[in-house]
Amino acid sequence: MSERVLTDEMVAAIKAYFPRYPTRQAVTLPALHIVNEKLRHVPLQAVVEIAELLELAPAQVQDTLSFYGLFKQDEPHGEHRAWVCRSISCALRGGEEVLDHLCKSAGIRPGETTADAKLTIEYAECLGVCEFAPAILDGTRTLKNMTIESADAYLAELGVRTKTNGEPTG
Amino acid sequence: MPKFEPVLLANIGKQDSHTLKVYEASGGYGTLRKALKDMSPSAVVDVVKSSNLRGRGGAGFPTGLKWTFLPKDHPGPIYMCINADESEPATFNNRILMEDDPHQVIEGSILSCFATRATTAYIYLRYEYPVALERLQRAIDECYAAGYLGKNILGSDFSLDIYLHRGAAAYICGEETGLIESLEGKRAWPRIKPPFPAVEGVFRKPTVVNNIETVCCVRHIVDRGAEWFKSMGTPANPDNPRDAGSYGPKLYCISGHVNKPGCYEAPLGLTCRELIEEFGGGVWKGRRAKAAVPGGISMGVLSAEELDTRLDFDGPGRVDCLGLGTAAVTVMDETVSMIDFLHNTCRFFAHESCGQCTPCREGTHWALQMMDRMRAGHGRLRDLDLLLEIGDTIGIMPGTTICGLADGAAWPIKNAIRKFRGEFEEYIKRTNPTGYMVTEAVPALPVVQLH
Ligand SMILES: Cc1cc2nc3c(=O)[nH]c(=O)nc-3n(C[C@H](O)[C@H](O)[C@H](O)COP(=O)(O)O)c2cc1C
Ligand code: SF4
Ligand code: FES
Repeated sequence: MSERVLTDEMVAAIKAYFPRYPTRQAVTLPALHIVNEKLRHVPLQAVVEIAELLELAPAQVQDTLSFYGLFKQDEPHGEHRAWVCRSISCALRGGEEVLDHLCKSAGIRPGETTADAKLTIEYAECLGVCEFAPAILDGTRTLKNMTIESADAYLAELGVRTKTNGEPTG
Repeated sequence: MPKFEPVLLANIGKQDSHTLKVYEASGGYGTLRKALKDMSPSAVVDVVKSSNLRGRGGAGFPTGLKWTFLPKDHPGPIYMCINADESEPATFNNRILMEDDPHQVIEGSILSCFATRATTAYIYLRYEYPVALERLQRAIDECYAAGYLGKNILGSDFSLDIYLHRGAAAYICGEETGLIESLEGKRAWPRIKPPFPAVEGVFRKPTVVNNIETVCCVRHIVDRGAEWFKSMGTPANPDNPRDAGSYGPKLYCISGHVNKPGCYEAPLGLTCRELIEEFGGGVWKGRRAKAAVPGGISMGVLSAEELDTRLDFDGPGRVDCLGLGTAAVTVMDETVSMIDFLHNTCRFFAHESCGQCTPCREGTHWALQMMDRMRAGHGRLRDLDLLLEIGDTIGIMPGTTICGLADGAAWPIKNAIRKFRGEFEEYIKRTNPTGYMVTEAVPALPVVQLH
């Protein structure tokens, strides 16, 4: 049997959601969020353990997980996960160029993580902060009115190696 | 007309506007107190019904009428789902309400639950709103401590629990039955209606789904009455039997190529030009507007000649747009290529189609492939007709799909090509001088960065 990945703390946090819903299955998304916040991904073993807690088949949890764009499964996302908006109001103000620049500078493609595990870059659809377009969401922080310069400053702040300050780690 | 005083945004801008203390200082929860003491649930339904409030989430369905679809004398439980998935591109008014005035949202939610006899409410919040998550949770905690939530609210026999439920980055969770499936822990595949949620919704129980801004309106209608609400807006268009009028205040979002992007409040019926000029500070860089999205990209697009369209529930339809949608306007200046605009919308819908209905899943993907090909200089005039064929055949309206996402995908295609056909033809001929007349099948290019 594989080693358990859900800690007692995670299990307790998941169980705390049970009284909120008339079914266990409704706790699927909350459980996935709890695991994802701690592990930065939801490995298959966690799916099996969540299913056990929720009295579901692992396939039911896996089915839900795989529908949403949020949960990585094979490897954790970086220390930072930057969601770069590419929808219309951001695109009109240079959002796609910012996304492109970030990827090229860090030497990765959207969805990938730098080798030093500092940063994952993702494209996003409208983040709902269009008055500050182009925008990026990183954790609870919104980066507003991005430019190529402020994108560079963001990478520097994170300590991500780029083409201009050494080799991108890729 | 007297100068309009903001209603929904009245508290926004005040210091600590998100706290209970500040909300109560401006009369907050007074309406709830009054309603629990003096009104029956059906009296609240009646006032909302006679206010003619229509849902602010996009479909514009009359709220009071929706509430009357709940079965009478149901043993319960009845559920309320507050739709805070707000993912329609260019829309951010719900976010501002939740971040800066969460107690207005909660008071409106409690009143809506009281009216519908719901005893549990879930606020389905999109993943990308971490600040709203924190502020709403804090507001809910404050309410339990103050006796506005929980058992026997303010000593009445009405009890209510409100829970936040966090989404996971999928646009389709905003569609009411997709939301319900997602809340149940499943993939967010919309359900075939009927049965409507009011009859069989979440956990197979009667359910009301209402938007954040809608429940905020409820709070003010219960406070100030139906006549006050109807003193703002535009009456029903006598030539449109399906129009029930557009009343009350509305939060308009404006973004894109304007000087002052933001969320502004005005009585329903503002024109797009007024929004751009009087609120948005005009088109940026001294340029002219070429086109504007009237209410989120699902609604299609207005040409420069159509900017005097009234942004109420009837206006956009008069110029072949889908409707008011979320009343979120995106302005495009004269330098924007409509090919780029359409490519962007097609990419969005191909990414967000839930994949359940073949016409939507395949149609949105083929539309994106054609737009990719066009932008790569391989467009053919015939593609325009193929795109229109997709646009005219996917959606609830032609009757080929389960939910309205496909109608939203179709509208920008139909509007952009029919309103700007000359530009598309010119672009195709210029970028593909030797192949634009080709009509036989050509290979698709690999789609980059879709999932
Ligand atoms: C594809 C799609 C996405 C939607 N997204 C949202 C949304 O994010 N928020 C929302 O309130 N309504 C959304 N709606 C509309 C809902 O289905 C529903 O009509 C609305 O939440 C009802 O609330 P209301 O009557 O208060 O507007 C969406 C509809 C469709 C077809
Ligand atoms: S219309 Fe599209 S988004 Fe809606 S249920 Fe069908 S496939 Fe899913
Ligand atoms: S379009 Fe980028 S935040 Fe809305």
